[in-house]
Amino acid sequence: MREFQYSRASSVSDAVASGATFIAGGTNLLDLMKHEIMSPGRVVDISRLDLDRIEAEGEGLRIGALVRNSDLAADLRVRRDYPVLSRALLAGASGQLRNMATTGGNLLQRTRCPYFYDTATPCNKRDPGTGCSAIGGVSRMNAVLGVSDACIAAHPSDMAVAMMVLDAVVEVEGPAGTRRIPIGAFYRLPGDTPHIETVLEPGDLITAVLLPAPKPGEHRYRKVRDRASYAFALVSVAAVVRMDGDVIGDAALAFGGLAPMPWRVPAAEAALRGQQPSAALFDRAADLALEGAKPQEGNAFKLPLTRRTLAVTLAEACGLEDMQ
Amino acid sequence: MQTELFINGRVHRLEADARTTLLDALRHHLGLTGTKKGCDHGQCGACTVLVDGRRVNACLTLACMCDGSEITTIEGIGEPGALSPLQSAFIAHDGFQCGYCTPGQICSATAMMDEIAAGWPSHATGDLNAPVTTSAEEIRERMSGNLCRCACYPNIVDAILEVQG
Ligand SMILES: Cc1cc2nc3c(=O)[nH]c(=O)nc-3n(C[C@H](O)[C@H](O)[C@H](O)COP(=O)(O)OP(=O)(O)OC[C@H]3O[C@@H](n4cnc5c(N)ncnc54)[C@H](O)[C@@H]3O)c2cc1C
Ligand code: SF4
Ligand code: FES
Ligand code: FES
Repeated sequence: MREFQYSRASSVSDAVASGATFIAGGTNLLDLMKHEIMSPGRVVDISRLDLDRIEAEGEGLRIGALVRNSDLAADLRVRRDYPVLSRALLAGASGQLRNMATTGGNLLQRTRCPYFYDTATPCNKRDPGTGCSAIGGVSRMNAVLGVSDACIAAHPSDMAVAMMVLDAVVEVEGPAGTRRIPIGAFYRLPGDTPHIETVLEPGDLITAVLLPAPKPGEHRYRKVRDRASYAFALVSVAAVVRMDGDVIGDAALAFGGLAPMPWRVPAAEAALRGQQPSAALFDRAADLALEGAKPQEGNAFKLPLTRRTLAVTLAEACGLEDMQ
Repeated sequence: MQTELFINGRVHRLEADARTTLLDALRHHLGLTGTKKGCDHGQCGACTVLVDGRRVNACLTLACMCDGSEITTIEGIGEPGALSPLQSAFIAHDGFQCGYCTPGQICSATAMMDEIAAGWPSHATGDLNAPVTTSAEEIRERMSGNLCRCACYPNIVDAILEVQG
């Protein structure tokens, strides 16, 4: 690890004015600093700022940026009204890590592309302009949607996938004041600049994530991974489905493990609305969700895997017992 | 960096580079070598300790971030002659072979039982809104952050189930 100057922020404005790299739970930043993939000269500890509460706001919830993943998953309001979020959090990392990981840090965790971690190999995200080793290389953990010729990294967060299906809004305090950014506009696709991952600017501090009113219906989070627990997603599906008699009244879907950001496809959701659930309908939704996919040899399995994971998730959410 | 840590009921003053993790502070600076280093990257759980009552990976925490915190390591859970119920159960059930992962397993399980008592659900919990029940499946999921290279998992689960009931 490179040397750095450590200080603790005394207030949100103090943190924003510092323009330094923030440390919250430290579970991603310290890992990357040990590998010298990130080597900030100044680290400002925000973990004791007063941003660790979950409060009612309007018809929804305001989740402080420093709320720990374990506390968020266990919150009774989240379990009752936003169960897809509890489920996604509980499917991620380990009990120890969830006790440390924060809401803001989880959104900003960096990719698990193996070459990003291997400093002996070219990687445009780690060292812009050096090339991408994953294209034509080992791509099991990489993305098939939203990728570019410069980078095919996938976003590893489970929590962010649930936040996406719930239409969460990220509240940011920056040098120019407060902004509220819908999570769908928070991440940036790699294009030619895969090292730029979000719309945040230097000094910007995430202060909260806002959830709108609860979405009625069945909430599901299904994660497929290489071992039963404590592993990142190959593919995950977050679904909120409301039945209206025997047709689907409304459906929201978000996918993890497939793209550089939690992935949502409005056309796939629209195709489900007003329709009777069936295997053929779920297949049609999968066609739309996967439109434009650019798989590599090493991750083409994600296309059929997504199709099947979506089908079983929707069957469960629609109450079609016999399809599972 | 000057850091004050309350470890196993005693105050320790640490003067160390900001880069010092809690794990290295415990082992190298304070001589508390019960806590083990496996991967040093959050992937194995050997370094699990309790910070203000919660289980965390000491390898992914800076000592200076813990200034003023209460830390419990395996040395504070129990000692020869005064073992904790979990430590006794690990012996009774052969919950280890080489023993390298054991301090982390026991610290982790100690805090995990408090999490169950507080009603926290897990990935293995069927109904998020019903009281949590204990089962081998729940224990396996909740302990998945502690790897055992000797694969003593069945005995570890049995030991925890005996204490957790
Ligand atoms: C072994 C292992 C397994 C894991 N498995 C999973 C998994 O299965 N699923 C999953 O989703 N995650 C998994 N994780 C990742 C984990 O969820 C993240 O590391 C964690 O959520 C990051 O949060 P943090 O508070 O520790 O972030 P930090 O490490 O403190 O920060 C991460 C980044 O965010 C920035 N930052 C933090 N807070 C703010 C803020 N409020 N405003 C602006 N910038 C901020 C920091 O500067 C840094 O760049 C795993 C991690 C490990 C080590
Ligand atoms: S996919 Fe992105 S992160 Fe992985 S090697 Fe290519 S540029 Fe680097
Ligand atoms: S040494 Fe900390 S998790 Fe492996
Ligand atoms: S007893 Fe050897 S690693 Fe667990």
